[in-house]
Amino acid sequence: MGREIFDKKLAELNQNLRSLETMVGKMMVDSVGYLLKRNLEASHRIYNNDLFVNQMHVQIEENCIILIATQQPIAADLRYLSSMIDVNNQLERIGDYAKGIARINNLIGNEQLLPPFQYLPRMADLTVSMLHRSVTAFLENDMETSKAIPPDDDLVDDMFNQVFQEIFPLVQQDPQAFKCANYLLWVAHNLERTADRVTNICERTIYNLTGQLHVFDLDDELSEQHWKKIVALPPQTEETFK
Amino acid sequence: MATKIQVVDLNLYYGEFHALNNVNVEVPLRQITAIIGPSGCGKSTFLRVLNRMNDLIPNVRTDGKVLIDEQNLFDMDVVELRKRVGMVFQRPNPFPKTIYDNVAFGPRAHGLRDPKIISEIVERSLRDAALWDEVKDDLNKSGLELSGGQQQRLCIARALAVEPEVILMDEPASALDPIATLRIEELMQSLKENYTIVIVTHNMQQAARASDYTAFFNMGDDRAGNLVEFGLTKDIFTHPKQKQTEDYITGRFG
Repeated sequence: MGREIFDKKLAELNQNLRSLETMVGKMMVDSVGYLLKRNLEASHRIYNNDLFVNQMHVQIEENCIILIATQQPIAADLRYLSSMIDVNNQLERIGDYAKGIARINNLIGNEQLLPPFQYLPRMADLTVSMLHRSVTAFLENDMETSKAIPPDDDLVDDMFNQVFQEIFPLVQQDPQAFKCANYLLWVAHNLERTADRVTNICERTIYNLTGQLHVFDLDDELSEQHWKKIVALPPQTEETFK
Repeated sequence: MATKIQVVDLNLYYGEFHALNNVNVEVPLRQITAIIGPSGCGKSTFLRVLNRMNDLIPNVRTDGKVLIDEQNLFDMDVVELRKRVGMVFQRPNPFPKTIYDNVAFGPRAHGLRDPKIISEIVERSLRDAALWDEVKDDLNKSGLELSGGQQQRLCIARALAVEPEVILMDEPASALDPIATLRIEELMQSLKENYTIVIVTHNMQQAARASDYTAFFNMGDDRAGNLVEFGLTKDIFTHPKQKQTEDYITGRFG
């Protein structure tokens, strides 16, 4: 015998979170697709999707609060609900990134795309795959998958760097290309930020299971070196401070 | 939401003492309504109005109307009323009889004689009270030999046997351990499909967990009980409208 009422309401919340993830994942893939196919008309659909995403986001948070207020969850139940509020926020931001890409599609308008745009669908596919796996892992309390996803963030960062490097010679050759290059970087940036937020979702799953908020420091070599130095320092004493 | 019980301008006096002050509330049909508030604010007094248990107390005077399906219960035959509106008390009080006879008592008192029909009623009531599986092989055992939680479910089965429309519960789980308490709360969820439930509880967390609507009663300056706020439980516990309500549920009261 368990907390049937609580479990039932939680199951509904889980379903809503899953729906939100599906929606923003599709928005992301679609927004990049429309960009590459130069489909300005369809980009407007993304704006409508975003209105719906915002509604769902508010509803999920409200329901989390209601569940906390009425069911007095503690321990793992409380960690899970507090994480859900955070994951909910991450998904809403990802929806905004997709909307940003749709907007850029309209800003580029009739101009021709630069060659590095070709990397974007691959970035989008990988990022959305990471997103889907991370939310599945969250809903299933899957620690191993949650630890395995963040390294894919490196691949997304690599693609971002590739775009970044290929843009310079293009702009040097043709300064008129600057505007389009700028938009391209924004889109790549939105995809790269999405992958970062997926990493946050993975952290929340690990928190749910262990109670530890574990910070992934995978792509910041400088941070890692700095951290090693800090760990190697002798303990501070009053003498040291003088 | 449809209304089962409509309370209109209810005032109650114990002799000169004004115990309930001008209560107006609509109890929704087939929902669980919890009544919360500090000790002495009139919660149980109010509950007892709904099946006229206060009639048994000398010097009680009641003004106002209480309509069940638009019929004023003060004009009703009280035996008929108590068949329609059953009650479960704080301390389980099975009769000193067999489990079977405890549940059969009500239908027999209302004139039923056919043993086959009585058996069916006993089984159905025990099933609806989530007790059948535990006692079906021991129906001749004394009701007093059951555990506290089982005794309380037996009392619920007893109330269900006369096919009421409303079940009143006066702190039904406060004498029970946490697991038995959760079982009663879960039982209430299945009962509300067929019955309107009103539960008085001093345990706010229970009210939050188990009810659909919450009524907050408080003592006025003249020590009379007032209904301060009534609403959906999820609203009362996340953003109550009255400061008194907020102070009480956040524990900043008094």
